[in-house]
Amino acid sequence: MSLINKEIVHKRLIKRMTANRFAKFGFILATSFSLMVLGVLIYRILVEGLHYLSFEFITNFASRIPERAGIWAALLGTLWIMAVTAPVSFILGVGTAIYLEEYAKKNAFTKFIQINIANLAGVPSIVFGLLGLTIFVRLAGLGSSVLAGGLTMSLLILPVIVVASQEAIRTVPREIREASFGMGATKWQTIRRIVFPAALPGILTGTILALSRAVGETAPLLVLGALAYVAFVPENLFSQFTVLPIQLYNWTSRPQEEFHMLAASGIIILMVILLIMNSIAVFIRNKFHKRS
Amino acid sequence: MKKMKSVYLFLMLSLILIFAAACGKSGEGVPGGGHLSGKIKIDGSSTVFPIMEAVSEEFQASNPNVQAPVGVSGSGGGFEKFTRGELDLANASRPIKEEEKTAAKAKGIDYTEFELAKDGISIVVSKENDFIDHLTVEELKKIYLEKDTAKRWDDVREGWPKKKIDVFSPGTDSGTFDYFDEVILEKKPMRRDAQLSEDDNVLVQGVSGSKHAIGFFGYAYYQANKDKLKAVPIDGGNGPVEPNPKTIESGEYAPLSRPLFTYVNNKSLKENEAVYEYMKFTLENAGELASSDMIGYVSLPKEKYEEQMKKLDELAGK
Repeated sequence: MSLINKEIVHKRLIKRMTANRFAKFGFILATSFSLMVLGVLIYRILVEGLHYLSFEFITNFASRIPERAGIWAALLGTLWIMAVTAPVSFILGVGTAIYLEEYAKKNAFTKFIQINIANLAGVPSIVFGLLGLTIFVRLAGLGSSVLAGGLTMSLLILPVIVVASQEAIRTVPREIREASFGMGATKWQTIRRIVFPAALPGILTGTILALSRAVGETAPLLVLGALAYVAFVPENLFSQFTVLPIQLYNWTSRPQEEFHMLAASGIIILMVILLIMNSIAVFIRNKFHKRS
Repeated sequence: MKKMKSVYLFLMLSLILIFAAACGKSGEGVPGGGHLSGKIKIDGSSTVFPIMEAVSEEFQASNPNVQAPVGVSGSGGGFEKFTRGELDLANASRPIKEEEKTAAKAKGIDYTEFELAKDGISIVVSKENDFIDHLTVEELKKIYLEKDTAKRWDDVREGWPKKKIDVFSPGTDSGTFDYFDEVILEKKPMRRDAQLSEDDNVLVQGVSGSKHAIGFFGYAYYQANKDKLKAVPIDGGNGPVEPNPKTIESGEYAPLSRPLFTYVNNKSLKENEAVYEYMKFTLENAGELASSDMIGYVSLPKEKYEEQMKKLDELAGK
């Protein structure tokens, strides 16, 4: 009698192979489903949006006449908001992450802060809008300005940047730090020259993805008093403004088909902006990965 | 380290680029025509928005030094800012409420109500619906109220199909809901199985997709979707009347024609020449703009605008 019963082995093997095939099929199905949805979405937007897409569409202000309507004010408003949000959220977010990872003692208090930051990332964006309205618009007297909008957006994406930066800093190996200390470097020198550069790709990827989220937000800015029809571009940080998502939302909620098509054209522009931002993130990550 | 520097440089450059893009073109529109300059703060109802957008666009075309942007915080959001003195004009698809009046008084804000145009809240069914010819206000109540609600069409009127009614309604935040709530439901709760949406285009899709559905929204949404929807004539006591520009303007389409307003801060009107000129322009043109195809409301009778013009001049001391 042989020690191995070939028949049982064969049966089990077939069972395992089938399970294997099913798993593979399931994953392919999941991927193709999301790809299909994306494909349909892009197809619909292109079909509806290409009609009004032109150079004038980018450089004209909004209008009640669809042929004359454009997104210039909204596009520049979005860029202005980004110009405030990007540096503010980067400096505050990375600063917080460095403090929490490198300096803060691991005690109950920092744990408490940590939990709160993670929770903040899940707070609905409209709550940040209300916060911005009370603090920046009214208390600080900034009015419904680019500055107030940019600062509110910074608060909104700050938790995401802090968490992403912390993760990035944590992946820097301890040995490198210790080597730096061993060479006589101070803590600040180590952070500046060793830890920060090594963590930068992760930090930047997180920051740019967070900024992409800010580009698409409508609710907090509407609460702040961002406008919907603007026929001028922001001149400075205290100008009133509108942003792309508000303009798009406004167009989609109108009854006439023409405005829905305009919204689709605007979505194409917004997608291009997001695509550029994400490519920058990928580019930076690749550049740095080669180095290490 | 060299690589680091190039990345810093890259980041700096992209930031500068963003700023440059943002600053470019800012001088546009300054030179040329119009003695008037200043800023006008307008916010409020999203229903009134298309009218004010059109007015602002036309006004700024002839007065390029005036900035008159329009916000869409909703009627309530607009009044909240208006009664704090943060706005010159508050657009509203309903009259100001008592508590908002009190808030304005507390801040010492005097204001005047101006009517810009009319909207007829249209009760709509799918184009395929062949049994409905009109509804009385009582029947509407039966369809929409939670209490003693009609589950099937034959509960509404005898002889209609024994089919479940699919009920659609605008969301509770909208002025349209508020108005319907007041004149039809009389503040009693709406049936719980009604499907609510803040986006009227979703309601259009819902109602046109089912032979046994019913819904309501502003006249503009009916007008833009006439090929898919049928407006139901409403009997408010004097026989069935269907919504059209004539019946809405005259108020014959009762009780569902509603006025659209803008509220003006009297102080701004006196002190800011631009606000006065803007309001004058509004009263001269709102009717025509509001009733254009791309907006789809109904203008008021001419005398109504003239009357309000006199009121405006008096207030501004002209």
